[in-house]
Amino acid sequence: MFDLLVLLIPLFPLLAVLANGLYGSRYSHELAGRLAFGSVGLSFLCTLGVFVSVLSNPEPREVIAWSWIFGGNLSINLAFLIDPLTTIMLLVVTGVGFLIHVYSVGYMHGEEGFTRFFTYMNLFMVSMLLLVMGSNYLVLFIGWEGVGLCSYLLIGYYYEKVSAGKAATKAFVVNRIGDAGFLIAVFLIFSHFASLDYSTVLSQASSLSTEMATAITICLLIGAFGKSAQLPLYTWLPDAMEGPTPVSALIHAATMVTAGVYMVVRNHVLFDMAPIALTTVGIIGGVTALFAATIGLVQNDIKRVLAYSTVSQLGYMFLACGVGAYTAAIFHLVTHAFFKALLFLSAGAVIHSLSGEQDIRKMGGLHNKIPITHTVFLIGTLAIAGIPPLAGFWSKDEIMAHAFVHGYYHLYLLAAIGAFLTSFYMFRLTYLTFYGQSRVEPHVAKHIHESPPIMTYPLMILAGLAVVGGFLGVPPEHGWFHGFLHDVATPVGAAPHAVDMGTLLGLMVAAVVIALGGWGLAHYMYSTRPQMANEWAEKSPQVYTTLLNKYYVDELYDRIIVEPFKKLGELWDWFDRHILDRFVVGIGKGTDLSSEAITWTEKHVIYAGLNVVGYGNHLLAWSWRKLQSGMVHHYAAIIVIGLAILIHLVVLWFAGSSSAGSSMY
Amino acid sequence: MIPLAAYVAVSAVLFMTGLIGVLIRRNFIIVLMSVEIMLNAANINLVAFSHYLNSMAGQMSALFIIAVAAAEAAVGLAIIIVIFRGKMATNVDQINILKW
Repeated sequence: MFDLLVLLIPLFPLLAVLANGLYGSRYSHELAGRLAFGSVGLSFLCTLGVFVSVLSNPEPREVIAWSWIFGGNLSINLAFLIDPLTTIMLLVVTGVGFLIHVYSVGYMHGEEGFTRFFTYMNLFMVSMLLLVMGSNYLVLFIGWEGVGLCSYLLIGYYYEKVSAGKAATKAFVVNRIGDAGFLIAVFLIFSHFASLDYSTVLSQASSLSTEMATAITICLLIGAFGKSAQLPLYTWLPDAMEGPTPVSALIHAATMVTAGVYMVVRNHVLFDMAPIALTTVGIIGGVTALFAATIGLVQNDIKRVLAYSTVSQLGYMFLACGVGAYTAAIFHLVTHAFFKALLFLSAGAVIHSLSGEQDIRKMGGLHNKIPITHTVFLIGTLAIAGIPPLAGFWSKDEIMAHAFVHGYYHLYLLAAIGAFLTSFYMFRLTYLTFYGQSRVEPHVAKHIHESPPIMTYPLMILAGLAVVGGFLGVPPEHGWFHGFLHDVATPVGAAPHAVDMGTLLGLMVAAVVIALGGWGLAHYMYSTRPQMANEWAEKSPQVYTTLLNKYYVDELYDRIIVEPFKKLGELWDWFDRHILDRFVVGIGKGTDLSSEAITWTEKHVIYAGLNVVGYGNHLLAWSWRKLQSGMVHHYAAIIVIGLAILIHLVVLWFAGSSSAGSSMY
Repeated sequence: MIPLAAYVAVSAVLFMTGLIGVLIRRNFIIVLMSVEIMLNAANINLVAFSHYLNSMAGQMSALFIIAVAAAEAAVGLAIIIVIFRGKMATNVDQINILKW
């Protein structure tokens, strides 16, 4: 029963992929949409069943679907590992995924590629489920590549737009760099353990040397940084906003980009053995959190602000991993999935209401025109900014408190500044979008309307989760969440530390002050004195343009990586044309010449011989065919003459051979 | 008692008559009649030898030949009539299209 439930989880979306992908054009969009979100809903129900089972028995259990690769002493199964960590990920993926699918039915209504969209979305669900459920690195890798592929397909969903195609390619290529690192890590693991199963690798991890553990984890990290958009491989995520908004919510906020965090937590046993790797994770995470937040301050595209915010929040998760707070990382992953999916979807609802407008300079004053969207967006903002008691406060505070208590003061500082900026840019976004003077273009303003219920209901549910989700982890360090994940996400050799309640309370107060400070500044700059932002921008234009242009990182990458590669490509092109092609053409010419020689021989020698035979036959036939005159008499005469000759011969023969014959009568 | 040689002689004369008829006459009907004569020459031969050798096999063969000759005459006449209808010809030399 348990095994069946586990196997059904990825099976339902897979069936929907097959149905919609192969036969989707034969039935209505309505049915295709129902199949898509219905299958994910069924997966969610199965996940709930699995969750109940895991609650009573948290021991890791392996479910083998089938034996996949075996030979010699190598044996790899398509198998699923169900433990509390997987269960949490499954709940997030199928739960948030289901809500986003329902929302998408409303959001994508009437789109030409409706069925294609849902085929890709379901395929993404299958891949993501394989990623979080796999019990070995190979299944993880399939999921890893599968989500990358679906991300590519969905970013490029509006493929007739050049920018969407380019963004999709960029996401894919940048992800490939990370994937290469991940693959090398898998090879290293296999060469050392001769197995790819988590159970084998993680239980024998202590046999690794520190150098080997560092090499493996650094390679894993390259993969994680690519997938989860961390420095220096984050550039694809903001561009990925070219995809439809539900895609941004599902793939580029709630699930796929958190795969790197999941992978680090899953392999935390290896990371615990490699302090260098852990330090790297922490620093990269902290720097990314701050770096992306500064870019988010000045962006004018509503989705891009959220994209940089996602990069920044992922940075917090990696920071948590770096300080050994794996539970806090997963906790933040869960709450982030709630509020960031909420923010993206309500941003989608705003865009939907404004007939596709994404520039926040052309919004404003929307709070009473689309009240539901406004309310849920505000809840999302409060949650991400860290205003208690919403979800983001608990998880972010826990990460920062962990960093502080364990003495990572530099990381705490990065996270604290990042938190201030997060609060600031999120409230800036809210004020510019929903409050103040309306800057909506007149022809758009006429059509502003609230989204249909199929879009607002998922928003309300997500808003509810964003409000109460944080209480899973209350009280800090000892909530239900921590108990549930205790066995799978506790750092190896961590000494139980006595937490001073006073310090914790102090940190909480500090976090609240930081969040409120960001809010206050945003309120002052964008509500009380709206012209102030422009004054600041004019006062220090270098800073402003640098931020607006995202620190010129894209340009830098273009200059030092893309352009040299293009030059190299041109060099090879020249080499190909002028040297390889010459060679190939030479071979072609040689073949041509020799074939002409053979043709001549055939025509003049072989055909001549054959013709002699043919003409000989013809001549022979010509001389004999006169015999057949068509005259019955001639034939009769020939028969008679022939018969006469035969009889004559027979008689002669008898006369010669037997003397008795002649005197018979 | 008529000697065997007399039968054979009659038979030979009849056969040659038929053979010459087939070879030199041009009319379908006469060619067919000549063939019948040749068959009956053979019959005489068979019956004569049957008597001389005191065996009934020759007479049996003669009876079969008479039956087959009747059938052959019927089929031959039918073919002649069809050809006559198609080509308005009774001369075998006119039917010479089956050749090189």
